[in-house]
Amino acid sequence: MRDSKLLKIALLIALVIGIQAVTTVTGTQYYLTQLTMSAYYALLVIGLAVVMGYAGQISLGHAGFFAIGGYLSAALTTHNLVGLQANPVIHGLGNLGMLVSGQDIYGEQLLVVTPWAACIFAVLMAAIIALVIGIPVLKLKGHYLAMATLGFGIIIYRIGLATEYFGEADGISEVPGFTLLPAIGSFGPISVSGDFGLRVENYYVAWGLLVIGLWLLLNLIDSRVGRALRAIHGSEEAAEAIGINTAGFKLKVFVLSAVYAAFAGVFLTHYNGGIGPSEASVMKSVRYVALVAVGGMANVWGTLIMGVGLTFLSLRGVFGSYDDAVFGAILIVVMLFAPDGILSMNVKALFAGRRTTDEH
Amino acid sequence: MTLALFFQYLFAGISYGVIYAVVAIGFNIIYNTTGIINFAQGEFVMLGGMISISLLHFFPLPVAIALAVVITMLVGALIEIVFIRWLDRPSVLRMIIITIGLSILIREAALHIWGDSIRSLPYFVGNELTTVSFGPVRISPQVFWVVGVCGITVVGLSLFFKLTSVGREMRACSANRTAAILCGINTRNMVTLSFMLSAGIGALAGCVMSPITYTQYDSGTSLAIKGFTVAILGGLGNSMGAVAAGILLGIIEAFSVAFVPLAFQDAISITILLIILFVRPNGIFGSSDAARLKEF
Repeated sequence: MRDSKLLKIALLIALVIGIQAVTTVTGTQYYLTQLTMSAYYALLVIGLAVVMGYAGQISLGHAGFFAIGGYLSAALTTHNLVGLQANPVIHGLGNLGMLVSGQDIYGEQLLVVTPWAACIFAVLMAAIIALVIGIPVLKLKGHYLAMATLGFGIIIYRIGLATEYFGEADGISEVPGFTLLPAIGSFGPISVSGDFGLRVENYYVAWGLLVIGLWLLLNLIDSRVGRALRAIHGSEEAAEAIGINTAGFKLKVFVLSAVYAAFAGVFLTHYNGGIGPSEASVMKSVRYVALVAVGGMANVWGTLIMGVGLTFLSLRGVFGSYDDAVFGAILIVVMLFAPDGILSMNVKALFAGRRTTDEH
Repeated sequence: MTLALFFQYLFAGISYGVIYAVVAIGFNIIYNTTGIINFAQGEFVMLGGMISISLLHFFPLPVAIALAVVITMLVGALIEIVFIRWLDRPSVLRMIIITIGLSILIREAALHIWGDSIRSLPYFVGNELTTVSFGPVRISPQVFWVVGVCGITVVGLSLFFKLTSVGREMRACSANRTAAILCGINTRNMVTLSFMLSAGIGALAGCVMSPITYTQYDSGTSLAIKGFTVAILGGLGNSMGAVAAGILLGIIEAFSVAFVPLAFQDAISITILLIILFVRPNGIFGSSDAARLKEF
């Protein structure tokens, strides 16, 4: 079990390197841009897969957590704090080295939060909000849970759309790059930004983050937590009866997935150089649910493959003006004919020769 | 706030409220016969408005509305027959995802058919400046149309469920499906019928509200959420509760204009929804015993 997991991850890493090599040789490096973005979206989606597939809880609000991460880090690293320098809080942040000053294009003095501090703050906020929302929301079931998470997502969307601090309908643009590691010796700095020269570097940052996230999740699933989650998914009452703290596990996984979503939001926002309200829209949340469903719910690998693949096609504009419709159709077709996911259906039909069983 | 302004807000609130109530009753009809919350309910309202606006080029207004209602009912039936009828005891999660997928497909189809422009039916009587005066209070006649049509719909539905044999069969189907089957009721047809009814009243609401609220391809989502809020507030499955809750939400929203920025209008109903779900998921008028009997 452990070996096959390592093998699969090694294969994935080899594939990631291989694709980069092929694009360099064939001069099609422009594909790397969408692959980088797909990796960040996939990070969110595999987190959601654990909530939906293992803990059995639907969330129609994960674009909200993505937006919390993206918007907060964008606002903090972009909005000028020069006018607030006298404020003791800002002053204290400055003393802690959390602020960076510079000049904007007009030569005005600029004082903003460093991307690292902003990232940590944004992800922490997403985790706290997930915790506060999760405690009451996860007590709900079925339709109620779906509507409550949908409602949460819409509130975040509305806040982004109606708050001047978050740029209203325009969102926040000109977000600076995120320097992960400063230059060491002859090694240049590693920085998350949309700079064309940094395309290869950013591709590896994104996929590195995704592989780390994947590795942590796979370990979690194989651990005691994973077994508890599967028990919850099978029958919450039975899990409760054998002494599993179902509410606690559900909450932990929910918060973890929110953290994944927030990290995806932070990194992608720095990579794109901006974020707009559409990132928080209901359609995005539904799309993430579609990706988890098509990947096979309790199947992190399937979700990863489908998440990267379909997001890549969507970002390349393959679906044209039918983009949203394609994801809607995917939801319906998968749920009607293959509730265990497209991949599991194929595998079972090909190798075992028996029909997919109905859902548990 | 002057007394005149107070009544203006009140009537605006009531006219929105009865629309929410009708959407909520649409949720209830399907929920009662199937245990499904149809996330595409708001799209029926949008379809009703859009189809009637298009048909207005060829027919007089009453005929256009009637045809729009019939066509939307057929869409509802088609959806049930193609996507839901043949599923064998699907899980709640599966049904949620399927109906969400349907709502996206209907919305995207509407976008490709009608584009993203904002349309509306003309006012049934007069125009947007016509008012009926009660002393200092001026009310658009369309408000009476909305309240009247929705009121007749609600009363008509409850008579249908109480007095006609088909209505009784539908109630039997929601009370105990197995027993209904044993009595020789074709429960599958009852489910199809519930989708048709629900689509029909949604479309009717979409037509009467169109002159006031306008119709756009994506206007269904926020209506669906408000309708769901009202359905929960009134107790899921309880139509009279839905009427009271709808008017309550409509009035709260109307008066909140004075205090809350317009952009956060939608957030009010969602906040109410979240609070109700956390505090009293059976609704203000619902009983916890009845709620426990239903499968969620």
